[in-house]
Amino acid sequence: MSQDIFVLIEHLRGQVADISYIMLAAARTLASSSGGQVAAVLLGKDAQKLAGNLAADKVLYADSPALTEFTSEAYQLTLAKLIEEQSPRAVLFGHTTIGADVAGWLSGKLSLPLVSSCVNFTSDGKFLSQTCGGKIMAEGDLPSPTILVTMIPGGYKSEQGQAAQASAIESFTPPALDNLRVALKKYIEPEAGDVDISKSPFLIAVGRGIQNKDNLDLPNELAAAINGTVCASRPVVDQGWLPTSRLVGKSGKRVKPKIYLALGISGAPEHVEGINESDVIVAVNTDANAPIFNVAKYGTTLDLLDLVPQLTEKVKQAKGG
Amino acid sequence: MKIAVPIKFVPDLVEELNIDSSGAALDTSWLRLIINEFDDHAIEQAILLKERGGAEVTIICAEGDGVDDILFNAAAKGADQLVKLMGSDAAMMNSHATARVLADFFKEIQPDLILTGVQAHNDLDGSVGALLAEYLGMPYVGYVAGVTAASGSVIARKEYPGGIIGEMEVKLPAVLGIQAAEQPPRYVAYSKINQVSKTVKIEERAISDLDSSGGATVGRMFKPEPAQRAEIIEGSPEEVADRMVGIFKELGVM
Ligand SMILES: Cc1cc2nc3c(=O)[nH]c(=O)nc-3n(C[C@H](O)[C@H](O)[C@H](O)COP(=O)(O)OP(=O)(O)OC[C@H]3O[C@@H](n4cnc5c(N)ncnc54)[C@H](O)[C@@H]3O)c2cc1C
Repeated sequence: MSQDIFVLIEHLRGQVADISYIMLAAARTLASSSGGQVAAVLLGKDAQKLAGNLAADKVLYADSPALTEFTSEAYQLTLAKLIEEQSPRAVLFGHTTIGADVAGWLSGKLSLPLVSSCVNFTSDGKFLSQTCGGKIMAEGDLPSPTILVTMIPGGYKSEQGQAAQASAIESFTPPALDNLRVALKKYIEPEAGDVDISKSPFLIAVGRGIQNKDNLDLPNELAAAINGTVCASRPVVDQGWLPTSRLVGKSGKRVKPKIYLALGISGAPEHVEGINESDVIVAVNTDANAPIFNVAKYGTTLDLLDLVPQLTEKVKQAKGG
Repeated sequence: MKIAVPIKFVPDLVEELNIDSSGAALDTSWLRLIINEFDDHAIEQAILLKERGGAEVTIICAEGDGVDDILFNAAAKGADQLVKLMGSDAAMMNSHATARVLADFFKEIQPDLILTGVQAHNDLDGSVGALLAEYLGMPYVGYVAGVTAASGSVIARKEYPGGIIGEMEVKLPAVLGIQAAEQPPRYVAYSKINQVSKTVKIEERAISDLDSSGGATVGRMFKPEPAQRAEIIEGSPEEVADRMVGIFKELGVM
């Protein structure tokens, strides 16, 4: 048993995901209250180079052809062995397509408690998680001896998890990884050809509050008037009203425009993680309690269907006169 | 192929949410519950698989207000069996307890493929799918948007950030966490649901001794207190539009 804090480093096709650095920063807070070290856990094939800038006291590294790219089963088995052998105080995973595939399974396998959607650890070692689409916060203790946590961005800066110097790598042996039941066949690239929304300084984002496809004329007209680009939240894309290339958030793009005008978007954590580096967020939402107002600088509770035509008119006037 | 889709009800986020007198849980007295939207996608994906290659689809839900309607709705879309878990309060069960109850049931009915919504917005102890897979000794892949049946396996389209898809071959039996079906959940006319409710039976199954160990223990719940909340611009649409144009000009984007 140890007081160390483990962080599962997420990487895809040779790129370390930002959430890894964010978790290293979070782990530092936890380690200072537990008195242990921060250990970055890296799984891969010839992937030592990815450890170069991890702000950790040590890197625990497992190398195997079965770990070349992420698959849930190979990660689950490798991490189960490591956690069982070392019993760290906590293991942090991204609340992501990688972390969420393994953390829950490990909780069942090792009978260890699991807390999900954590944004912050308090100085006295409690978790703070977002729940109900960001409308409610939940706080609680981290049970001993070992707790598994999945984390969402927002509480820590990724720069805090980056170091100028590489830390020492300690290799560990993964378990036998054969007869696996999950195999990556190939990656499919997103369709190219559409505009790159991450390059536009003025984004007009539409959410489920737009209600139907025909109403998209309103933001489209505004975008034409102000030379902005229309993007969307997930339900709008899932409905097929806009292509995936326009999706903002966890499964889409992260954007940093000068202005992000959010029309009928509630501000769910999965959306907010894609926009929280925008210069100014302006939110239009009829629900005064919508979490989007927690990240917006300006807002209005007017119906977007009433406001947007007026806004387009005013923009045209301002430009013409 | 036998497909099972366990679904869950969650608070409707359109409504105002309040904390109860314990200070550590939602006040459920006025809570309006609706189907977890990702579970709705899981139902749609199951029906699509049935239409393409044939399957027997079972939908399972803990009892509660509105649950019968959702189950009949699924039957009207093409689900074959409807199961209601009695003696449980959907709103009170965490993912660990739910996964244990479901695992017992699935050991009996032995589905080839279990589709769950990838998560629910009120999960605080991870999602049901990954836990369920471990309890059943099955592989798990989540964040799935699209499933194709192959022989003895399925091809799951797993989503990565930025629109990248990883095609995963997953041996059956397996559990998949569905993020989105290949098409939006279909709409069914009320008349059809009504008709189905007269012919399809909901099988009731008693459960007891919920074991929620392994879940997070919440000591306190509260509404977020942001350092800075948005400045709300008051006025008519015309007035608000004027002010916004002023803001855009100040920021130099016009
Ligand atoms: C693994 C995972 C990944 C995800 N990735 C993403 C992602 O990348 N991007 C993303 O956006 N979501 C993502 N989601 C989904 C996310 O959880 C939310 O479901 C989604 O962001 C909600 O979109 P919305 O705000 O448009 O809709 P809703 O939450 O339904 O909000 C609609 C809002 O519109 C308001 N409204 C309604 N009518 C009007 C009107 N007339 N005028 C003004 N306001 C109105 C309502 O008050 C409400 O707040 C992901 C979810 C999961 C589980």
